[in-house]
Amino acid sequence: MVSYIIRRFLLMALTLFGMSVLIFVLLRLVPGNIVDLLFDSAGFVNPADKALLEEELGLDRPIIVQYFDWITGLMQGDLGYSYVSEQPVWTEIAPRIPITAKLAVLALVFSIIFGVPLGVISAVRQNTMTDYILRVVSLSGLSLPSFWLGLIILMLFVQWFGYMPIYDRAPESFWIELGMYMIPAAAVGFRSSALVMRLTRSSMLEVMRQDYIRTARSKGASERSVNYHHALRNALLPVVTIIGIEAAFLIGGLIVTETVFNIPGVARFLVEAIRWRDYPIVQNLVMLIAVVVVFTNFIVDLLYAALDPRIKYSE
Amino acid sequence: MRIRLRALAAVGAMLPLIMGADAALAQKSGGILKVYHRDNPPSASIHEEATNSTVMPFMNVYNNLVIFDQTVARQSMDTIIPDLGESWSWNDDKTELTFKLREGVTWHDGEPFTAEDVKCTWDLILGKKEGARLRKNPRRIWYHNLEEVTTNGDHEATFVLKRPQPSFIALLASGYSPVYPCHVSPADMRTKPVGTGPFKFVEFKQNEYIKLEKNEDYWDEGKPYLDGIEFTIISSRSTRVLGFINGEFDLTYSTDITIPLLKDVNNQAPDAVCSLVPTNVSRNLIVNSDAPPFDDPNIRKAMMLTIDRQAFIDILSEGKSDIGGVMLPPPEGLWGMPPEMLETVPGYGKDIEKNREEGRKLMEEAGYGPDKRLPVKVSTRNIEIYRDPAVILIDHLKHIYIDGELEVVETPLWHAKVARKDYMVGMNLTGVGVDDPDVVFYENFACDSERNYTGYCNKELEELFDKQSAETDMEARKKLVWEIDKKLQEDGARPIIWHERAATCHQPWVKDYTVAENSSYNGFRWEHVWLDK
Repeated sequence: MVSYIIRRFLLMALTLFGMSVLIFVLLRLVPGNIVDLLFDSAGFVNPADKALLEEELGLDRPIIVQYFDWITGLMQGDLGYSYVSEQPVWTEIAPRIPITAKLAVLALVFSIIFGVPLGVISAVRQNTMTDYILRVVSLSGLSLPSFWLGLIILMLFVQWFGYMPIYDRAPESFWIELGMYMIPAAAVGFRSSALVMRLTRSSMLEVMRQDYIRTARSKGASERSVNYHHALRNALLPVVTIIGIEAAFLIGGLIVTETVFNIPGVARFLVEAIRWRDYPIVQNLVMLIAVVVVFTNFIVDLLYAALDPRIKYSE
Repeated sequence: MRIRLRALAAVGAMLPLIMGADAALAQKSGGILKVYHRDNPPSASIHEEATNSTVMPFMNVYNNLVIFDQTVARQSMDTIIPDLGESWSWNDDKTELTFKLREGVTWHDGEPFTAEDVKCTWDLILGKKEGARLRKNPRRIWYHNLEEVTTNGDHEATFVLKRPQPSFIALLASGYSPVYPCHVSPADMRTKPVGTGPFKFVEFKQNEYIKLEKNEDYWDEGKPYLDGIEFTIISSRSTRVLGFINGEFDLTYSTDITIPLLKDVNNQAPDAVCSLVPTNVSRNLIVNSDAPPFDDPNIRKAMMLTIDRQAFIDILSEGKSDIGGVMLPPPEGLWGMPPEMLETVPGYGKDIEKNREEGRKLMEEAGYGPDKRLPVKVSTRNIEIYRDPAVILIDHLKHIYIDGELEVVETPLWHAKVARKDYMVGMNLTGVGVDDPDVVFYENFACDSERNYTGYCNKELEELFDKQSAETDMEARKKLVWEIDKKLQEDGARPIIWHERAATCHQPWVKDYTVAENSSYNGFRWEHVWLDK
């Protein structure tokens, strides 16, 4: 187990190095740079002023030097300055991380607490009216774009309650804050919960056809015990994998949801930073996301062993 | 008895006036004006930007020397009032404009305001200030006629011009012309602006909000009435308009409400006060006349003849925008050609089919026809307000044997591409800072202007630019302006398609808010605005 963890750590380091090179190079391959964009708001491009600005921002240096500067700064905890706001990158990113983290966790919780139980119910009541209804719900979850769903939710709240659940910088209480996050989390988590539900259902159906389930039934185990003790535990393995992957994909849904609900999270900020070619923000933020995704997958791998005793990490 | 009744009736008739006068005097102090903003301003430094994304929130931080009266919708030379310049005077030959400056004014950081700050500001624009420069200087061309700024003591500054320019003062009255402090660097002005204005800068959080607070030491005693202004940046138009309808915001972003959206606002928030005004932003074509095939003036003329301007207006703004030349058309525009003159310009005649027939003949003379069509790329920014008219243009070009192909260009590449002249035909937007020919002509059509995208250069016409600029008789100037405008259209310098109209809305409790109707860059100083709630 220990040697497995060490190997995984080394692999993670290599992955992150590869990611850093990829992020850095790809970003610079995108046409247009921050200087072009800065001049856009002035309505013209002056070549001499542009060259001066490129020099000021260090964009005139060889790309390898720029990369080396970034990585050494990153190692020392210096993320540099945003080209747009001219503020330290960390002060721009840090306050936004908890906002998106809360939203992502709530969306994930939403997808699990709805997706898994409904998937199980759908499986154990296969081909009944309940199953049909749940399958329609899950299909709509997969088909409705989250920006549309978000807008519809906003309109319904305004229409019915005269209240607009957009971001409030200073919520009066914990419960108001929770409510403020719950609505967008539900909008973005609806798709994930539909995915989890469908996967749980198919996984459960597959497991319930296994011999050991028949054996458990023949031994006289109750239906509840068979479904939830024997079947669900084994059916959860692919579900946990997909939840791990979804956690990474959630950022895509959050970009749209943060825009619609005007939530100043890190996802929307990333898109704005890409639009502005704000390299220091984008490369550090994408790197941070890469670290989170790599660690999440690592934890998911470790969870496999806990869920399925047959999986061993020894040589 | 009859006399008594008459007296009573007279008092009764005057009652609303008396009460109105009371109401006018009864401005309430306090409250935060909540405004939504459409996008993240590129910086807080007005002198470095050419967008009202920056002017709208930050104009309140600064003062100008003079300013357009913010309670009058139609801005003109007659509506210019003192700001930091308490009074002003011209010398006899109109080449020196001297301001007597307000005394006892301090910057928000406590430093005193002096004439040196005025000199510093325009030295910075002219590129004469040692040790400091603007990263971008979009209005350098406005001051091409400014020789220098001199000072006489702490409270007098003189603008010395190379030649007479009576409307120079109108440039100084624009929202684009604040006075900057000498002791604050241009870099700091981009992130933490310091002004003398009615509101102090508190915080600008990227993509989130901009907060301003009341300047308690403002020189205009008793003002501002508001305790502060908060701009919430909301990039999703649906969300922000819904927010306004639901009363979350007191005021919309300037001219953010399009004509189709205005119907929704009127239906869902019937108490909202909306003003539908010209934005003084025109949609126009930029044509690369340096490269074939558009180096042929006949092909350029044919293209102008095929444009059905009313069709653009009907499709995109439900018939509620205006046709004009480069100057904003009347009645809101002060300098636009009269309709009867406009109709004499090629392509402006009402018989579109006749125009197109003429266009087809010109194309045939150039060697094109139904069997030999001209393929053209129509480039534009990948933004809806650019893309939509470009698509309509492609349809109109078909009538004169031109097959247009839409090329959408990402915003960061647009100006660089235009500057390289790497386009054939482009759909473009031009916003006008001040409804004055000196701004429009020099900025967009002077040979050495950086914002003259097509590189149109007509030295003879430029002499006329100078002539109209120096003209003191306004009627004579107007005739010269019309002549120039007509010539610009005939030359296809930057064919104007239409002038847009859009609305700004505020809640009924926002008082004394006036929407400027001939520019989108000068009407955002709100020391007189108050909230009745």
